[in-house]
Amino acid sequence: MTALQRLGSAVRPALVALAAGLLLLAVGLEGAGYSAGPALAALWRGAFGSPDAIFSSLLPRAIPLIIIGLGIGLAFRAGAFNIGAEGQFYAGAIVATWVGLALGGWPRAVAVPVVLITATLAGMAWAAVPALLRVRFGVLEVISTLLLNFVAEALVSWMVVGPLQEARHVYPQSDPLPLAARLPQLPGTRLHLGLALALLLALGLWVLGRWTLAGLRLRAVGLNPDAAETMGGVRPLRVLALALIASGACAGLAGGSEVSGTTFALFQNLSPGYGFTGIAVALLARLHPLGTVLTGLLFAALEAGAGAMQRDAGVPAVAVYVVEAVVILIVVLSDVAARRGDTRGAV
Amino acid sequence: MWPRAGGTPVELFESFLAAAVRVATPLLLAALGETLTERAGVINLSIEGAMLAGALGAALGATAGGPWAGVAAAMAGGLLVAAIFAAVAVWLRGDQIITGTAVTLAAVGLTGAIYRGAYGPAGVGLSLPTFAPSVVPVLSELPGVGEAFFAQSVLTYAAYALTALTAWLLYRTRWGLELRAAGEVAEHARAAGVRVTRIRVLAVLFGGATAGLAGASLVLAQVGTFAEKMTAGRGFIAIAIVVLGGWHPGRVAGAALFFGAAMALQFLFQTFLLAVPYQLFLMLPYLLTLLVLAGAWGRTRAPADLGRG
Repeated sequence: MTALQRLGSAVRPALVALAAGLLLLAVGLEGAGYSAGPALAALWRGAFGSPDAIFSSLLPRAIPLIIIGLGIGLAFRAGAFNIGAEGQFYAGAIVATWVGLALGGWPRAVAVPVVLITATLAGMAWAAVPALLRVRFGVLEVISTLLLNFVAEALVSWMVVGPLQEARHVYPQSDPLPLAARLPQLPGTRLHLGLALALLLALGLWVLGRWTLAGLRLRAVGLNPDAAETMGGVRPLRVLALALIASGACAGLAGGSEVSGTTFALFQNLSPGYGFTGIAVALLARLHPLGTVLTGLLFAALEAGAGAMQRDAGVPAVAVYVVEAVVILIVVLSDVAARRGDTRGAV
Repeated sequence: MWPRAGGTPVELFESFLAAAVRVATPLLLAALGETLTERAGVINLSIEGAMLAGALGAALGATAGGPWAGVAAAMAGGLLVAAIFAAVAVWLRGDQIITGTAVTLAAVGLTGAIYRGAYGPAGVGLSLPTFAPSVVPVLSELPGVGEAFFAQSVLTYAAYALTALTAWLLYRTRWGLELRAAGEVAEHARAAGVRVTRIRVLAVLFGGATAGLAGASLVLAQVGTFAEKMTAGRGFIAIAIVVLGGWHPGRVAGAALFFGAAMALQFLFQTFLLAVPYQLFLMLPYLLTLLVLAGAWGRTRAPADLGRG
């Protein structure tokens, strides 16, 4: 199988799942007394209806989703259930704001990378806690990463009325970042250079995962930790911890790029659940880095369209969560079917 | 109801403890069901969604027919969510953690859409008929702790009863023995004639019903209204409480009270330590839970087959 075919076979079930999800949404909307036609039309318009929708709504939303999805894919492939990308995203956003506000006088070419790198480190540090708890104390990362989400949210809510509150002390938000700390935008749109970063990261992770020993070890641990240890001499817990920290790095970077490229400030609810949608993005791509770019775009389209659906058709935007959930469940079920097929073949 | 400055230290302690028990009630209800579920070998993250469905059910039911109708609708809502999880994760043996996350996501979307459909797009603040505290004679007059534990809503007493019921089911019935076997080494249990899948489905449904009840207690005994995403992670906290309580109903009750106290502590601190921002106290219960989980390592053991399909 060529790489392209592999990507194709990863994406096809995703499209089927998405179509099924949308169909179910339409049926549900009709059942709940909305008219599905105008609602879905509004969804489409909000995502693809105009250059403005594409460049200022869809693509900027795709950036954090792709970057977070890449990280979650990495963690899941090693068998580390990182449900804490939301918290790691906020850790990155807080540090990016703090650093960005301090670098007003610096040249942009230096300040922006410093902002992004420190945000990445913050995400790593936030994920290092559950990694350490898992390795040293056996605390399941599912629980610890989840709990740390709430800590991060509380931290943000304190930051925006405390140390990072705007100088006027009126609203619970930070001052806007100085120009020097902002990622360049495509003129006339809200699309920023973070997209290039996300694409490079996807390419890099794909290459690393496919052609390096580290990638092999990662997959081996995820597939069968015991076999990886006895046959491959890999220390599974160590690989799991490193994958968890690396996925935290991605989420932190996403937080940094969101502040530096899109919002230019820190405030509560900065993330509309990117950390959780990122799980769906990664799963739908079957944890494939290049596939993650496509599924990130798909989910960004859904979420961009959801706003328009609420505005124009009166359908609550949260209804798209149902589509996301159906998509994940279909992927889970198709995994089940594939597994059954495998065992039947073996017997 | 929350601790206020100005009382005597004893009054203050009593109101703190009462707040702790009130906050702990929904957590305990959800955690007890999850204890049974996990002892059967299934980790069900969708109880967050079941609790949310329970909260909405409680609001809809109470609007239509008073608080008891709310309780019934809440349990039905929780059961429905759990049934979806059980179908995918237990019956079809999909990945439990991913399925649980997805089902919770669906519950967030569905409850939000139904709520707006039922109460209008503005989602105005509802004022629902709620349970007033029922005072237990004699017991409520125990010094110090009486009011905190025995002047609560009827759902808190349901949580006490459920603690005993869960322990009895787990340790004193044949079904409980088979359930624990299903959670430890499912293959051996199967070989011994235990119907593992059936037991696990029932355990998940039981957990869904108690999570629905937890949503009811949140709405009908604590907040008095419904809001989108109002459970705010309480279902996930209940899962941490199960680990904290070492998968034993009695100890799970202790862990829930501990968490309730950590949350009530923040109200106490907010009253007295005005200089310290309250957002920092919001973190306290989560950080304490992490610390205790780390400390509990080696002294508790998860069911061996937990999370395996």
